[in-house]
Amino acid sequence: MRLIPKEIESLWTLFTAPTIWAVHFLVCYVLVAVYCEKAAAAGFTFAQMRLVLVLITLLALAGIALSAWLAWRQWGFGSGDPPHDAPTQEDRLLFQGFATLLLSGLSFVSVVFVAVPLFFIETCQP
Amino acid sequence: MSIHSERKIFGRLQVVLPFLVAGCAGRQSALDPAGQEAAEVYHLSVVMVIGGGIIWLTVIGLLTHACRRRRSAWSEEGAGRLIAWGGVAFPVIVLFALLVYTVWLMPSIRPWLGRAVAEPDRIQVIGEQFWWRVRYPAEEGLAGFETANEIRLPVGERVVFSLRADDVIHSFWIPSLGGKMDMIPGRTNVLSLLPTKTGVFRAPCAEFCGVSHAYMAFSVVVMERNAFDDWRRKQASGNRPEGSKGERLFTHHGCVGCHSVRGTTPIAGLGPDLTHFADRSTVGAGTLANTRKNIERFIRDPSAIKPGAKMPAFDMVPPGDIAAISGYLAGLR
Ligand code: HEC
Ligand SMILES: [Cu+2]
Repeated sequence: MRLIPKEIESLWTLFTAPTIWAVHFLVCYVLVAVYCEKAAAAGFTFAQMRLVLVLITLLALAGIALSAWLAWRQWGFGSGDPPHDAPTQEDRLLFQGFATLLLSGLSFVSVVFVAVPLFFIETCQP
Repeated sequence: MSIHSERKIFGRLQVVLPFLVAGCAGRQSALDPAGQEAAEVYHLSVVMVIGGGIIWLTVIGLLTHACRRRRSAWSEEGAGRLIAWGGVAFPVIVLFALLVYTVWLMPSIRPWLGRAVAEPDRIQVIGEQFWWRVRYPAEEGLAGFETANEIRLPVGERVVFSLRADDVIHSFWIPSLGGKMDMIPGRTNVLSLLPTKTGVFRAPCAEFCGVSHAYMAFSVVVMERNAFDDWRRKQASGNRPEGSKGERLFTHHGCVGCHSVRGTTPIAGLGPDLTHFADRSTVGAGTLANTRKNIERFIRDPSAIKPGAKMPAFDMVPPGDIAAISGYLAGLR
């Protein structure tokens, strides 16, 4: 039995990477906003919270990379050229794999962009 | 095009061009910064314009290249490579670099130390239809005071503004120094600026706020510390009654119901403070030059100059009285 099936006939895999991007975005903004509002009561420093966000960012990137790899595999590691537009089962799978791969690329770049302020922000705005 | 019409256009250009270029320098220009924040924004704009220009030239160059008469077809692989590098990798790298640059620049464009300065130590500016109420904090034994439509600042010192509005949303913007930031009823926004050059600048309201929005501006005078201290001391001590006819008429015709001349009249807050009115450069919040004639015109019918102004017309007052009041205001130094 494989842990991850070779082909998943579902549209959900298509959304995995963009979903990780959206959740990462929300977590970054909500965590900083809530922390800065409650900084006095929080039991950890801004630097620690920033480190946690860096870890969350790395996790998100790893998740997207995994989704990209699975998509790449589904696309046959680039064995055929797009467009996969024949009305066949095979082409449908290849098309989905390719689309998921592109979306994963977009999401990866986006998560990196969202994380840029983490390297500059040092404190809460008083 | 005939020589004649060409000459005509050229002639017009010669007339228009100095005005266009003059718009880039002087009292109200973000392209001629006199403050740290404005300088940072200016640098950012220069970087963006040059970068955008280079990219534009490249794209147009490629376009002309593609339109050449005799060309050989690209291989599909070559075209794919061009798209991957030019259409994906290049924009991602450029956008990433720009993002890092602007995020790095942000603290100097919008210093957030502003809120570290306590509210009582900030200069309060309140937007009103269609003028600016300005309150200076007390400082080193000098009392705080209210003035209007003019802000004076010492050069080379960081100042912090508390920005509010009483009626509708206005926006505070001194193009030569920095900003802009909205003034929102029920909210206090904080803006910090650092003027680096002395001079007189103009600051227009930057959010449409009613019919006379375009006639709502204030002047900013950046001065050396000594001159600023003199001005501040003079403002803090107000005026002394002079017993002139104009002064009496100012009270008699009810101007004191809305305007204060500190030290002389009871405190009234509906209209702009007029304590050292003659030191200001404009009448009607940046609308007219501050001359006796213009003060008379304004008093007689403010709405003829600023539609919707919240000061009633005084055209029923005898011209002699208006002239005396104007003389009094023009002497309030
Ligand atoms: C009902 C209140 C009210 C009364 C009474 C009133 N004013 Fe005004 N006045 C205002 C308001 C409000 C403004 C601001 C108008 C604007 O610029 O939009 C103003 C503006 C002015 C200004 C221009 C101030 C500046 O900084 O540019 C002058 C000068 C002035 N008033 C003089 C007078 C005189 C003189 C009288 C009496 C004859 C008078 N006002 C009576 C409300 C009043
Ligand atoms: Cu306004």
